[in-house]
Amino acid sequence: MKLRPAAALAACLTLAACGSSQNIDKSTQYGPNPNLPEPSRALLPRMNIPDVIGWNGETPTVPQGFRIEAMASGLSNPRNVYPLSNGDLLVIESKKDAKEPIERPKRPIMDWIEAKAHGGGGGGPSNRILLLRDSNGDGKPESQSVLVDHLNSPFGVVLVGDALYVADTDEILRFPFTLGETRVGGPPVKLVDLPAGPIDHHWTKSLTASADGSKLYVGVGSNSNAMERGVTAERMRAAIWEVDRATGAYRVYASGLRNPNGLTFYPGSSTLWAVVNERDELGPNLVPDYMTSVKRDAFYGWPYSYWGQHVDPRVRPQKPDLVRSAIMPDYALSSHVAPLGLAFYTGKSFPAQFDGGAFVGEHGSWNRPELNGYRVVFIRFENGRPVGEPMDFVTGFVKDGKARGRPVGVAIDRTGALIVADDVGNTVWRVTSTTAKPT
Amino acid sequence: MAEIVAHRERPVASVTRTIYLLLFPIPIVCFLGALVTDIAYSASAFLMWLHFSEWLIAVGLAFGALAALVLLIEFFASRAIRAGALGWSHLMLFYAALIVELFNAFVHTADGWTAVVPTGMILSVIGAILALAAVGSLFLVPVTWVEHREVRP
Repeated sequence: MKLRPAAALAACLTLAACGSSQNIDKSTQYGPNPNLPEPSRALLPRMNIPDVIGWNGETPTVPQGFRIEAMASGLSNPRNVYPLSNGDLLVIESKKDAKEPIERPKRPIMDWIEAKAHGGGGGGPSNRILLLRDSNGDGKPESQSVLVDHLNSPFGVVLVGDALYVADTDEILRFPFTLGETRVGGPPVKLVDLPAGPIDHHWTKSLTASADGSKLYVGVGSNSNAMERGVTAERMRAAIWEVDRATGAYRVYASGLRNPNGLTFYPGSSTLWAVVNERDELGPNLVPDYMTSVKRDAFYGWPYSYWGQHVDPRVRPQKPDLVRSAIMPDYALSSHVAPLGLAFYTGKSFPAQFDGGAFVGEHGSWNRPELNGYRVVFIRFENGRPVGEPMDFVTGFVKDGKARGRPVGVAIDRTGALIVADDVGNTVWRVTSTTAKPT
Repeated sequence: MAEIVAHRERPVASVTRTIYLLLFPIPIVCFLGALVTDIAYSASAFLMWLHFSEWLIAVGLAFGALAALVLLIEFFASRAIRAGALGWSHLMLFYAALIVELFNAFVHTADGWTAVVPTGMILSVIGAILALAAVGSLFLVPVTWVEHREVRP
């Protein structure tokens, strides 16, 4: 009599645990047609969170023909970098201060995991923008100053004329700023409020401007993994907004993008690109994160479906009509790599194959037994479209299963060097080519 | 001639016994409640009910673990309970309920519908049945665990 429930229990657990064989090669999840196994869930989400050990004077690894050096270290959670045309480099130090409300027993555990994955930061003040001055472009800044202080979890910045726009987690601010200054010219003016607390799960607001500077585009990530906090928490979220720079009027430019970051226009075009963090807890090889051109008014699935019409079984009520309208992204980066930075190569100092290709900063996985991401990859472009497999470009962020750092924002400076923000190693890295290009 | 044997029932008071009887109902009520809120969630897809289930199972497990510990102490302390078949079935049923609900707590961590339908609901039903059976087994023995003692006049 006691055995029967035990047998039933065993059957349930087998059901829950089997189907978890998503044993596929992750390289089959690159490009436009990723291999998508069936969703699976173990009893507990499969996790692997590397301990943070820092760099201790060592550096990441770059391919032959390149050199990597720290431009600045000992920072406090540098998440994004923004090179200016005069050679100055803005470094956005940012962290999430507010705690998410505890609406379920799972939340405190997830908070703990997140804290473990992010290490301690440099110990100094964060949530500010530093300006590194490197007049001769040798990668060794002569001076470092605090451009703006006391921000609220800033991430995206864009300079349009004499206005520096900063996307705090709760608003877009405009600061008066002239190239060459080391301190903003005055107090900010708010352009528009952005969805933030009290939950503010995906809090990084990526920012870019249209070529003519009339519109700003801001990424607003979802408030949950798969809408498990209800539909009202997701109002105007999981979307890219288009904001009129003059009036602050805004609209949803594209939706169904769980956590869009790295907003960038393809050089010389009016095509907006983004990298998107897809959902967790459907197995180690679901769902692939992706890089995509973002079509106006398009719906990319979240939370109802992924990679087009693959319905997420967790979301109720279902929305079959909406799912039918979901479009497929352009290029899968494989699962749980957590892409947060995107930069197209517009410089002249790297070999020709890099022209117009994409660098993607992959912050790295937690929801996967084998770590994935923790690197900067390069994806070649032909005729404005990604081709081939991603190539490891900056690696070595994980050593012996421990995290020395985690790459986030990436950018190309005026000398054509790649700049990488490392918010766990608390360092800004600069990658230069060692093979002089014939001119 | 056979001796006449009289049975006298003598209630035995003990601190652990009292603590156990205070703690034991909490997980039972929580696990039954979680079944109700699971049904409410599967009928409405309203996430509040899922959260209710998660908290009920978690609180039930916390107090259930305490109760299980006290029950174990009681078992080691009292030969009379160990000897009685019903005492054993109470312990087994209650522990089985706790184990099922532990797995149920994990299943309920999923983000949405699959936290309950179908596995979470099945486990909640099994857990509730085991919890009720544990209560029933308790009623079949005198609540105060009377010691039966043979007294020869």
